[in-house]
Amino acid sequence: MAHLSSEHKPLFAPETAASIRLFICAVLSVALMTVDHRQHHLEALRNVLATSIYPLQMLAQLPYAAVDWATETFESRAALLAENTRLRERQLFINAQLQKLTALEAENRRLRGLLESTVNVAAERVLIAELIAVDFDPYRHQILINRGSQNGARVGQPLIDEHGIVGQLSHVNLTTSSAVLITDLSHALPVQINRNGIRSLAVGTGRFHELELPNIPNNGDIRVGDLIITSGLGGRFPRGYPVARVTRVEFDPSRPFAKVFAQPTAALDRVREVLLILDDIPDPSRGEKPAPLPEKSERVAAPPAKR
Amino acid sequence: MQPLHLRSRLLVYGTFALAMALASLHLPPWLDRFRPDWVGLVLVYWAMALPHRVNVGTGWVLGLITDAAQGTLLGQHALGLAAVAFLTVRFHQRIRVYPPWQQALSVLVFLLVDQLLVIWINGITGYAPPDFWYLAPPIGGMLVWPAVYILMRDLRRRFQVS
Repeated sequence: MAHLSSEHKPLFAPETAASIRLFICAVLSVALMTVDHRQHHLEALRNVLATSIYPLQMLAQLPYAAVDWATETFESRAALLAENTRLRERQLFINAQLQKLTALEAENRRLRGLLESTVNVAAERVLIAELIAVDFDPYRHQILINRGSQNGARVGQPLIDEHGIVGQLSHVNLTTSSAVLITDLSHALPVQINRNGIRSLAVGTGRFHELELPNIPNNGDIRVGDLIITSGLGGRFPRGYPVARVTRVEFDPSRPFAKVFAQPTAALDRVREVLLILDDIPDPSRGEKPAPLPEKSERVAAPPAKR
Repeated sequence: MQPLHLRSRLLVYGTFALAMALASLHLPPWLDRFRPDWVGLVLVYWAMALPHRVNVGTGWVLGLITDAAQGTLLGQHALGLAAVAFLTVRFHQRIRVYPPWQQALSVLVFLLVDQLLVIWINGITGYAPPDFWYLAPPIGGMLVWPAVYILMRDLRRRFQVS
């Protein structure tokens, strides 16, 4: 029998075939998501897909790269000279501070030697990485950087900027890596209060300007303005880097813990360049055993306490 | 059904690639909230125009690539876009004859289904949306649909894809 359509196509789409296909796709999706969420066996597939879309991400980033190039190229000589002077002054200032730091580091090492402590205070090896201006899912705080496995990047390496901890690498491709920021809902990092050494976790809230410290007791000594630094526990982040500053402390006697919120010191939503810390983080001092890392440590430094 | 010409094939793949790039384009946050699901829109167009070529499987594979690009769980957007493709193929004969503004309403429904599936999975995995702004992208998609439709139709006619 002749088809009604002149182009020899069946008039009605094969609906049953479509629903069977939808069913198969749904089952495949659920299976993939379960495996991706529970275990991390899909890194190879993700890497293949991420590599295949790399040209598209470069295309998406092109307008920003062009604007950057134009501003750099057409910037006036006076502006460049002014910036040069400013940077030179800043370097002088930082070098002066560094002199003091070198003396302090030597003294610290000598004192720790006397105490037979094994904490390593040496500086870490770092790599400068630039952000690639592409957007991810708006509910996940992730960034893409232009360093990959060929530059020595590995999953879990911490990222810092000039003000503090930014995040850690979650997926590493050949030339790019994606990193999860410390404010991501799935992220938590072991921290301590700089003033008195109280240890806690800094859990992401999904908002760029806020971290939560979920397990500070109601009678804990914590005040607005306290600096929060990494504790080095968990073995992911090196100790002593600034993370956040306490902005809000609410004591509620009906709850076991105080509600403590802190603002990240790093400019998470405006950062353009980051430093990737390459070295393996040495085990924290032998005296205190690091918290055992959970199975999911590929993605987060420590499990969020609220789940 | 004969296989598509190479030129037609390139057009279909090219528009999908462009949509993917637009989906990753860095936007200021206030605009980002309304960013339409470009891949979804292009998928609706092709599934409507060529329901025998662009089908549920196409949507699924596109979704998988989107998942890698967006950093979501593998399979999340795949499920959403497979559903979009299914709905479009199911209703393509009706949508085809609607005027563009009326098509936009159907597109809104399809994109809402997609978005709700994605947000639902986000919620299950601990990324519950904090507010109702997740309803904005489908509305953005509805608003740009007439323009997308006319552009794509002209492209399809120029390259004689059928």
